[in-house]
Amino acid sequence: MIAIIDYGAGNLRNVKHALNLLELESFITNQPDDLSRANGMILPGVGAFGHAMDRLREKGFDQKIVEEVANGKPLLGICLGMQLLFDKSYEHGEHEGLGIIPGEIVRFNTDLKVPHMGWNQLETENHYKNHPMVRGIQDGDYVYFVHSFFAKANNEQDVLFKTDYGQRFTSAVLRDHVVGMQFHPEKSSKVGMQLLKNFGEMVSREHISSN
Amino acid sequence: MLAKRIIPCLDVRDGRVVKGTQFQNIQDVDDPVVLGKQYSELGADELVFYDITASHEKRSIFLDVVERVAEEVHIPFTVGGGIATVDDFRTVLKAGADKVSVNSAAVRNPGLINLASERFGDQCVVLSIDTKFVNGQWNVFVQGGRKDTGLELFEWAREGVQRGAGEIVLNVMNADGVKTGYDVEVTGQLAQTVNVPVVASGGAGKNEHFLDVLKNGADAALAASVFHFGEIEIQDLKQFLSNEDLPIRLG
Repeated sequence: MIAIIDYGAGNLRNVKHALNLLELESFITNQPDDLSRANGMILPGVGAFGHAMDRLREKGFDQKIVEEVANGKPLLGICLGMQLLFDKSYEHGEHEGLGIIPGEIVRFNTDLKVPHMGWNQLETENHYKNHPMVRGIQDGDYVYFVHSFFAKANNEQDVLFKTDYGQRFTSAVLRDHVVGMQFHPEKSSKVGMQLLKNFGEMVSREHISSN
Repeated sequence: MLAKRIIPCLDVRDGRVVKGTQFQNIQDVDDPVVLGKQYSELGADELVFYDITASHEKRSIFLDVVERVAEEVHIPFTVGGGIATVDDFRTVLKAGADKVSVNSAAVRNPGLINLASERFGDQCVVLSIDTKFVNGQWNVFVQGGRKDTGLELFEWAREGVQRGAGEIVLNVMNADGVKTGYDVEVTGQLAQTVNVPVVASGGAGKNEHFLDVLKNGADAALAASVFHFGEIEIQDLKQFLSNEDLPIRLG
């Protein structure tokens, strides 16, 4: 059972619809305590970083998420939800994040149009080429992005995918059982579904190994 | 590399897809959810659902369509038609739309663009503009193309982006429904004028028309009847564009 975290940011139902299609059981919750009974967590998000962190703190989700991750529970952050995994963001000032993945969130500095919006390509980093999280994914596969800020991970080892938009930026991270995707897998047709399926399998694996 | 997008547009009235030629002679085509899903499977990059239902009471039928699309189709989609207030934005976004397009209401009340983009983010505010070349300049039209506002296209587009529109759909009325090609010049000029994506609309009749406009600045191209009536197959079109070295998402 995967908990989709509802802290008042973005459309959660689209994530749920995608999981339904994959026959992955999930529930939407605004109660931090519910995370205890889930086998995996998804942190979606659209909007501004600072506001989203405030909402997570108000609801008491911030500590609970960090705690559950420390217990080994898989977590997937999507779009803003990926950015929130990091230490810090410079969106409208300076804001502290969840600090699960070392690094920070910066704005695109490019002549290209910002937000970076539309379908762009994934390239898997060499060290993750054989990881189950990239099963069925080919270099050059397209996924759907909408964002103006992106993550700079401190450790190259945490980078899962890179994408080219004026520069090669980190479009997904993976650190143990924590995954972050800057794009929207729930809106990325077959490629996105495959990635959600891979996350679902990570959730089942971790669940079996922890019992 | 960021791909150029191909976007089928589905005009919906009373819950069914229709398409008119130059806003007249509307014919019934199909069920919007079934058609949307089919387009998604054939490789459409996005979808637009445009509500042309006349009566306010039947609005709920359209919202039901939006909800069903969100459940069954896993590519981004825009909803437009009859969007006049921030509440309208909220309603369709809550039903599952990714973006909302405004046209006449934004001309009447430009502050709506500011309000909506502040509340929901620039990325979901699409400014749709109907334009026609009149007396030596491109004017903005409203009310389904019936009323000339006297506004100049480029000024209005710049203002819209400044107020927070995250994308512009440019429907060139001279070209709409006649299948002689997009107006490449004005579309390309607009794409250079604003720093948000520009979607070309109006005039698609064959594959080369898509190539021309996408090669000359448009970020995406929208069409309706050529797809609905099977005159252009999305898969063939995308293969053609890819062979012509445009960045295109295949599959």
